[in-house]
Amino acid sequence: MERLKLVLQYFQSKSESISNVICIILALVSVKLYTSFDFNCPCLPQYNKLYSLGVMIVPPIILFFLGVLVNRHTGVMMDEWMRPVGNRSKNPAVVKYLFSAMLQRAMLAPMVWILVTLLDGKIFICAFSVSVDPALFSGLPNNTGLDVIKVMAKVPCKEDIIFRNSSFRKAVSRYVRCYSQAVGWSILLFLIVLGAIGRLVKPYFDDHAASLQTRYWSNYLDVEQKLFDETCVLHARDFARKCVVQFFEDMREDAVLRLPHPLFVTNPKVEWEDEEEERLHGVSKQEQVDQLLNKWYYNKPELDVTRIAHRPKSCVTWEDRNGKTLYSDV
Amino acid sequence: MDKFRMMFQFLQSNQESFMNGICGIMALASAQMYSAFEFSCPCMPEYNYTYGIGLLFIPTIWFFLLGFVMNNNVSALTDEWKRPTGKRTKDPTILRYMFCSITQRSLIAPAVWVSVTLMDGKSFLCAFSIDLDLDKFGNYSLLTGLSEVEKLRLLARIPCKELFEHHEIREAASRYIKCISQACGWMFLLMITFMAFLIRAIRPCFSQAAFLKTKYWSHYIEIERKMFDDTCKEHAKSFAKVCIHQYFENISGEIRSFHHHRSGKGDSDDEDEDSRRSDEEKLLGIRAQDDMNKVLWNWHASKPALALRKDQVDGENNGRLNGEANGAANGFAKGHTPDVEKREWAVYYSKV
Repeated sequence: MERLKLVLQYFQSKSESISNVICIILALVSVKLYTSFDFNCPCLPQYNKLYSLGVMIVPPIILFFLGVLVNRHTGVMMDEWMRPVGNRSKNPAVVKYLFSAMLQRAMLAPMVWILVTLLDGKIFICAFSVSVDPALFSGLPNNTGLDVIKVMAKVPCKEDIIFRNSSFRKAVSRYVRCYSQAVGWSILLFLIVLGAIGRLVKPYFDDHAASLQTRYWSNYLDVEQKLFDETCVLHARDFARKCVVQFFEDMREDAVLRLPHPLFVTNPKVEWEDEEEERLHGVSKQEQVDQLLNKWYYNKPELDVTRIAHRPKSCVTWEDRNGKTLYSDV
Repeated sequence: MDKFRMMFQFLQSNQESFMNGICGIMALASAQMYSAFEFSCPCMPEYNYTYGIGLLFIPTIWFFLLGFVMNNNVSALTDEWKRPTGKRTKDPTILRYMFCSITQRSLIAPAVWVSVTLMDGKSFLCAFSIDLDLDKFGNYSLLTGLSEVEKLRLLARIPCKELFEHHEIREAASRYIKCISQACGWMFLLMITFMAFLIRAIRPCFSQAAFLKTKYWSHYIEIERKMFDDTCKEHAKSFAKVCIHQYFENISGEIRSFHHHRSGKGDSDDEDEDSRRSDEEKLLGIRAQDDMNKVLWNWHASKPALALRKDQVDGENNGRLNGEANGAANGFAKGHTPDVEKREWAVYYSKV
């Protein structure tokens, strides 16, 4: 259990690793979607190409949009881009970094789909069987009443009776699949070479110091937004609890004078109640909450926490009746 | 504090992921129901279309309504909608936001059903086989010499394997219709993904500040509801305990004082005394049936304003800063109560 907590904490503290994990999960979903999809070539000359190219192009677009949607950085980037300047200056490099990171992650699942379709070959066969020259192969069935184009269009369909006793269909399929796999491997090689070159050449064109800064601040923005959301939720919880208790106490029949208690008869308060009041941070009215949320968007605070890091701490000194110090925090 | 953070994160993610979990379970249930369902086309010209299209839309509507039923926040929404204004103003944007988020979650299972049905193609084949033009698939002389009605009857039998003898026509036709059905399915998926993308990614461009506010208050409403239920439960428990205790006392004829002692007395560490005291505290001053009824009635008829009283929030701060007023009291307390709280003495030292 402890180890699980540690792992969870590690992942949550590094927002990039969560995004990477989600990206990989989406790629796996893409593969699973392809294997479970029942590809059904119409085997008609007018529709083959349309259907195949549709299946090769539309799912990647869907996966791309999904990749953008599930990425946390999209929201962070849009927020940072659209917010008014306020107290905090805007850094376009951070927005650019977030955008390119989001784009790269979103492109992984579509590329996986395209590569899997090419390496599998079914879709290529369906799309391009009509373009193959039948003279390259022997055994073209010519006893059906159909013209050549229609026969070639039927090649992707295994169960069709016109190919029952000939190896023509298998030969053409193999030929087209070979092309398809060649294209697939070439694309893969190209992408990997591109990635390798990019990695090697980047330090020459990049200012390493500036890029360290950009990475720090983009991670910071993500963490800040998460923490703000959490603080809002905690605050809402405490607000609700206090509101409900207050409501109950208002309904009392007997009139109670609201005087501060003489301290020596104070009810011993439970410790968590004090922490709760602290969590309210003095924001205890609807207008105050609205103002706080408004300001958070229109006028984000400057990046300077010196005040709270060095605020005076309240120290306690215990003295006995004669004024002798028994204990002191000072 | 760290322990609190983790606990809170678990709770918070628990509540949201509970809703997401139900959403995911319903989506899986929808896909599973489709594969378990035995599709059997009637293969008659009058009923094919109704059956095929009905099977596409009716379970969709059913899953959508089921999503509403299984969502806990629907009652929170209706409560907030129907309550009298009272001391707390109503904000229509919050109602809209809650409704939108409930609807979004409920739309997932129907969308899964529609896309699985379209990708599979059987319902389209059943509905549209009578509209086929068989000349597209080859030179088949099946339909020559048949009357209109018989033509329709023959075409209507295409979806049924056992009733239609010409297998190659059946294969070609079913492949064709399935291809169209899958194209429709992919277009449907593209459309909903694109709309979701527009809503999630482009929305921050518009009214982000107002959105933060609505999100906070709608979440607040749900939490407040839960807190109220929890407080009522605790109150009922304490009420019952005190009531029963009083009843026993009345029967036994002994009168024991409930008011807590001034502090520091030797027998105050009696456990029963402590638990009784905390039960009294939990009653929050409500001790009669009529009072409780009033509480529950007013909770709907006149919700409290969203403004916490200063003395409740800063009760301790007042005590801390009021040096002179408590000086004498502290002097008194120091002599008699060795276990007085730290907070009575607060000396501020700055680190500067």
